[in-house]
Amino acid sequence: MTETPKPQALLKGKRILIAKPGLDGHDIGAKIIALALRDAGAEVIYTGLRKSPDFIARIAVDEDVDAVGLSILSGSHQELVEQTLLSLAELDGADIPVFVGGTIPPGDHAALLGLGIKRIFTSEMLLDDVLVSLAEALS
Amino acid sequence: MSIARDPGSAPAEPEATYRTPSGIEIPVVATAAYHRGGGDENPGEFPFTRGIFPDGYRGRLWTMRQYAGFSTAEESNARYRFLLEQGQTGLSIALDLPTQCGYDPTDPIARPEIGKVGVSLSNLAEMEALFDGIDLARISTSFTINGTAAIIYAMYVACADKRGIPRAKLTGTIQNDILKEYVARGTWIFPVRPSMRLIADSILYANDATPRFNPISIAGAHVRDAGSTAVEEMAYTLANGLAYVDELIARGGDITKFARRLSFFFYVHMDFFEEVAKFRAGRRLWAKLLNERYGVTDEKALMFRFGVVCGGSSLTAAQPYNNVMRVAIETMAAVMGGAQSIFTAAFDEATQIPTEFSAELALRTQQIVGYESGIAASVDPLGGSHLVEFLTDRMEQEMRGVMAEIDAYGGVVRAIEDGWLQARLADRALERKKDIDSGKTVVVGVNAFRRDDDATGAGEQFRIDPATASQVIDKFESVKQRRDTAVVSSSLHRLSIAAADDRENLLPYLVDCCHAYATVGEMVACLKQQWGEFMEPIRL
Repeated sequence: MTETPKPQALLKGKRILIAKPGLDGHDIGAKIIALALRDAGAEVIYTGLRKSPDFIARIAVDEDVDAVGLSILSGSHQELVEQTLLSLAELDGADIPVFVGGTIPPGDHAALLGLGIKRIFTSEMLLDDVLVSLAEALS
Repeated sequence: MSIARDPGSAPAEPEATYRTPSGIEIPVVATAAYHRGGGDENPGEFPFTRGIFPDGYRGRLWTMRQYAGFSTAEESNARYRFLLEQGQTGLSIALDLPTQCGYDPTDPIARPEIGKVGVSLSNLAEMEALFDGIDLARISTSFTINGTAAIIYAMYVACADKRGIPRAKLTGTIQNDILKEYVARGTWIFPVRPSMRLIADSILYANDATPRFNPISIAGAHVRDAGSTAVEEMAYTLANGLAYVDELIARGGDITKFARRLSFFFYVHMDFFEEVAKFRAGRRLWAKLLNERYGVTDEKALMFRFGVVCGGSSLTAAQPYNNVMRVAIETMAAVMGGAQSIFTAAFDEATQIPTEFSAELALRTQQIVGYESGIAASVDPLGGSHLVEFLTDRMEQEMRGVMAEIDAYGGVVRAIEDGWLQARLADRALERKKDIDSGKTVVVGVNAFRRDDDATGAGEQFRIDPATASQVIDKFESVKQRRDTAVVSSSLHRLSIAAADDRENLLPYLVDCCHAYATVGEMVACLKQQWGEFMEPIRL
């Protein structure tokens, strides 16, 4: 195996918005990722629960973030991702890369990637792998 | 234990010490010197270490109650009838997020979530459809509902009234535990203090109106699934329980009466003996706390009755059929711990709503434990085991320690309002994730014995009918057109006035609103106007 890239180095100083769109109340995954990103040197903004896609897009643009991570475990990923991307486009934020994490059935991955989502992270991935994958996508 | 980073490999040989997931070091051989001899007590007697009934499950097995509900009331009704035909003995209603968070289906934030994680239940007409052909006087029904629990309970009472069923015959449970929503589950609506009032109102009302119905199920399950240890799960839950007791006493409740109707709800995860001991320790500690702090001596009021869910975050998306084995082991722990009701999760439930096939297999799992294994034949069969008595004593002691930390902080309400408990839980969750990632905690099929060529999948994928949202909205609009708007407005107006007066019990007003076909969103809007909304403390 070749040298593993150090996610800490690649994510240092990146501004990342971790957001909970819709009504889903499961926030532990979002908080774990937020803590891990912070430990890796990123600047993390966490929205808290129950935010509308429009609100999330506005924060992303106003705060000039490098990436948005949407955490969705309620099965509403298709609708919420569509709406968030639409809101971002309306606010001239279409170039901000968006990632999704949570409970996303494998059969739904292709559709989300097709909409423009950069990567999909699920709970059984190693945290290090999530950070490396995110860093790669941002570099 | 730790394993090599190659997840395809077997775990390394166990290390010299073994600690349970709560961090308790287990002796290689336990002896009588390790414990105080709780196995010599009698079940059905204070402090109830060995169970609340002298004859255990001989009188009656636990209630087999599978959490189910999705899409429209009609679709969920069909699933309930299927489960009842398969020998299920109670219903457990899963509600969608708009219903749980108090939004009508026409609200823009509701639309993407309609019917997704549960059934949409916005008004009494929907509840009538949900229970069509199901005898509410005979079947006990549990609702996993919290932020809008008082409303859904009022709707259930109204539904019984409409059917001509005496209220006193209703049996079942509403979860109605708002404190853990702020910590782990997230379906809060109002600030903590008016929410506590609403819970006290519903408990006091239910004690008289529906004396066989459990108006609260104080739940540790969600905190556990989010990342806490078994010790913390029980300690946080008992601390919340005491906060409700204090609120009820402050509102003039009689503890000997209301304590008989407090019930509890937990997860069962994989460390078998720790789980059994957790229930024995929690049952004993609750009885002692009520006795020590409030002087309760009435045995019925001291009884710790609880339901469980087997599965949750102990299930894996990888190699999903392995979950059948996990749930079977967890069910055995629940039975040996003396649970009053059990929900066994389906093997595909880590990623989706179960299919009819997986839901049936999950029910069969507990039927096999109940009817074939013989485990339920003798009360507390592990009582007297040196290891289990040792763990029971130690866990009780550690639970008291965690509760003392919360007391030192200023109590659960303050710990929640400040976000202290939430931040503590997030730290714990990160630790648990790191332990799995490093291989310290072994999860078969995920960090050990993993197959990258795994093609078992979860079988059939469950899909919600994409027409659900529009069907729900059509039905909603039609109910709004048919109802008498003058009656709706006046019942909502009376609710608003009552909400402004702390001495009023709001339940009779909510029952009236439900009878008038006022919607969940309308009732919540009235209360929000009086009380405002919870401001989530963001603390990482």
